[in-house]
Amino acid sequence: MHEKLIFEQSAAGRSADAQYPRVAVETTVPAELRRAAPPLLPQVSELQAVRHYTRLSQLNFSIDTHFYPLGSCTMKYNPKACNQYAMLPELLGRHPLAPASTGQGLLQCLYELQEMLKEVTGMRGVSLTPMAGAQGEFAGVAMIRAYHKARNDYARREIIVPDAAHGTNPATATMCGCTVREIPSLPDGDIDVEALKAVVGPQTAGIMLTNPSTLGVFERRIFEVAEIVHDAGGLLYYDGANLNAILGKVRPGDMGFDVIHMNLHKTFSTPHGGGGPGSGAVGVGERLLPFMPVPLVGRDGETYRWLDEHDLPQTIGRLSTFMGNTGVLLRAYVYMRMLGREGMQRVSEFATLNANYLMVKLGAAGFELAYPGRRAGHEFIVTLRHEARDFGTNAMDFAKRLLDYGFHAPTTYFPLLVPECLLIEPTETEAKEDLDRFVAAMVAIREEARTEPDKLKGAPWTLPVRRLDDVRAAKHLDLTWKAA
Amino acid sequence: MPFIPHTEADIREMLAAIGASDTEALFDEIPARFRVRGLDGVPPALSEMEVGRLMTDLAARDARRLNFIGAGAYEHHIPAAVWAIVSRGEFYSAYTPYQAEASQGTLQLLYEYQTMLASLTGMDISNASLYDGASGLAEACLMAVRANRKSKSQRILLPVALNPTYRSVLRAIAGNQNLAFELVPYDQKGGQTLVAALDPYRGQDITAVVIQQPNFFGTLEDVDAVTNWAHANSALAIGVVNPTSLAILKPPGQWGAKGADIACGDGQPLGVPLASGGPYFGFMATKAEHVRQMPGRIIGRTVDLDGKPGFTLTLQAREQHIRRSKATSNICTNQGLLVTAATIYMALLGPHGLAQVAATSMQRTQQLVDALTRVPGVHLAFDRPRFHEAVLLLDRPVAPVLEALAARGIVGGCDISSPYPSLGYGLLVCATETRTRADIETYAHALGDVMKSAAAA
Repeated sequence: MHEKLIFEQSAAGRSADAQYPRVAVETTVPAELRRAAPPLLPQVSELQAVRHYTRLSQLNFSIDTHFYPLGSCTMKYNPKACNQYAMLPELLGRHPLAPASTGQGLLQCLYELQEMLKEVTGMRGVSLTPMAGAQGEFAGVAMIRAYHKARNDYARREIIVPDAAHGTNPATATMCGCTVREIPSLPDGDIDVEALKAVVGPQTAGIMLTNPSTLGVFERRIFEVAEIVHDAGGLLYYDGANLNAILGKVRPGDMGFDVIHMNLHKTFSTPHGGGGPGSGAVGVGERLLPFMPVPLVGRDGETYRWLDEHDLPQTIGRLSTFMGNTGVLLRAYVYMRMLGREGMQRVSEFATLNANYLMVKLGAAGFELAYPGRRAGHEFIVTLRHEARDFGTNAMDFAKRLLDYGFHAPTTYFPLLVPECLLIEPTETEAKEDLDRFVAAMVAIREEARTEPDKLKGAPWTLPVRRLDDVRAAKHLDLTWKAA
Repeated sequence: MPFIPHTEADIREMLAAIGASDTEALFDEIPARFRVRGLDGVPPALSEMEVGRLMTDLAARDARRLNFIGAGAYEHHIPAAVWAIVSRGEFYSAYTPYQAEASQGTLQLLYEYQTMLASLTGMDISNASLYDGASGLAEACLMAVRANRKSKSQRILLPVALNPTYRSVLRAIAGNQNLAFELVPYDQKGGQTLVAALDPYRGQDITAVVIQQPNFFGTLEDVDAVTNWAHANSALAIGVVNPTSLAILKPPGQWGAKGADIACGDGQPLGVPLASGGPYFGFMATKAEHVRQMPGRIIGRTVDLDGKPGFTLTLQAREQHIRRSKATSNICTNQGLLVTAATIYMALLGPHGLAQVAATSMQRTQQLVDALTRVPGVHLAFDRPRFHEAVLLLDRPVAPVLEALAARGIVGGCDISSPYPSLGYGLLVCATETRTRADIETYAHALGDVMKSAAAA
């Protein structure tokens, strides 16, 4: 299967004429500011464009078409109702700067979303503006810095990050002008509390934690960790990437966290869109309330309004031109209303049931579990180091061969401290039959690794392309098409 | 159970395999003291029918009005084909193309997007998107600090005529890394940034100069002079541009003698609905020499084991999942689905269609200005050429006028008297190709009525 580039289907003078104003308009742009040559945009008919992009879509794996157990990404089903009701014409047509009196319906949704997110996280305030998890992290660490600065405590610029953390955590600390101090994990997956004690001090701004961690296990000494960091004058940041594992069971606010970001595109099922849009709403405890990013939505009696810099003079400011990814927020709102209070707990129960079942089944089939003595959260790690040693087939080979079997691969080579690892997150929306099929595929692939390892090393065989040369891509950069 | 497929038999079998008595047992590593008792603040579940009714009723309260605001988000016609394809599950419910072989659709589309965007801006290369225009400019400024190795000052010059929200976002995002922003004034008569006001900075260490074309007032800037000034003073030139306008305006890559170094902006005008502010997407393009300093995902074309062409994420050594605290940015998830919309939009319109949209919008705005300035008490603020926005000056506070217009079904523009107090009562208006002559007349009549019914300040 190969689809020519849209530029290779272009013919001068052809166009989709129904799509734009037909009356010729003389441009009144002064000559020195005028464009000389037209841009390289395709010249195709409407059908050509529709067929081309429909065919391209068919080259993708997606949740709607495939089991997609990509660890740490929570690839659960995105209910169609969430899309449909976020795309009502009144909601799509409204300009963000139109008076608040013309957007009371929207503002009510956003206000109620803030309230629901406060309830499920146990935090005191929620700001919806961050546009993805990484921007939520930025908002969180920026608030921690603003808090210390407001207390004239300028020395606190160090952010502690466990070695298993997502790469966004240390990158965020740097963007906020902080330095990063890494601490190790113990063999059972918990944080090395002794190492933590040794690094906290008057330079500690805070610690960034994911719980359950990226190792898939719940940080059992969280209360102790909170005490150590708080006693040292630092604050606790909760990376909500794995909130799906504990939704409705335990709340970050109750565990002592001061600030949290949620990935609404994970836990609250808004679509991942081939790489966004996401939404990284932040929740805060008492101490960080004055620093939340604006705008927020407030309520005066029955009227909703935007809260801005005048309402929160100590805010860390604005992170987007308007109100973050509003349409994503609406999808999360519809999803939460459909789940209701009882549905929240079901999410974590069945995500955890699926993960533990899949973990036990793969363990029983002879795959090595990275943390065999532990319960899985909503995800778990298999290490293929024996397969790599015995058959010469590594985790990437297994991942690519899984594609031939019709499964999107789990996350590979993350977390960095487990060799040859697959981080597997089935989510609550997959049926038992699909989990069983996945186990069968893994067993079959291991058998191939033993008998015909080239089947793995050459994989995938049945997709639109075979394995791609990433080294060449980076060495001989070809980032835009040029006419021959 | 909504969205959960398990039968009673499934649950029994799965728990038996795990060796757990019930699902509660799966949470036995969480200390009991933390466990949630209930979530009373979340309302009970609604069925799809009930939530549909709720949303339809809420949306009806925001019934559509005739819109004349731009100010960073523009109402253009979106061909039906765009969102029909974008909403396909294969695009909608996929994720970042980490497994390239299973994501060739998204990857090829992004490669086509990079080609279109680079050509539209006249630059060598483009990334695969940032969050939005304002945060994208913050990334561009941080990138300029990395790319301009001769400069140590981290000082960046910003026009006062740059979108004021962009200025706020810059401070919030880049301020933490000690970038210093200094403001360059605009000409009170023409509305363009004063090139002469750059002179006091001559010979100083300036990292970059930002220029927005058209600027926040809609006025066209002398981008050649600003770009040349930047380069003559060893600063980088960052252009903030409206993508629609580039169908007819000189692209950043051709500004001045050497072209701007970074072009960025909000991609919303390219097929993305207003939707009360998002999701939109930010774009960024640059010269080939700066590619390793660029933030965000980049797609490259390569070959597979059989030598067949294919597409993959490339230059990942810049990114947070590899470089961690040394990455060019913390950005991970970006705005892929909106880029999908923009790519299909640009393919449908082509070079001629996009130029027609741009030229028609420009013409409609001129008609709007002509009609509204006939209303007593309304004057045009600036006399320089503009694209599809203009600042009007009223003889009284703007907010009550806008409320009165909203009650008549018209969203009459953006009140800019708070960010620009020296202008007086400033109203920023916009008309795109979607506003007809009749719409413009409707607005002019309503404004006349509103201005008549209340006294001037």
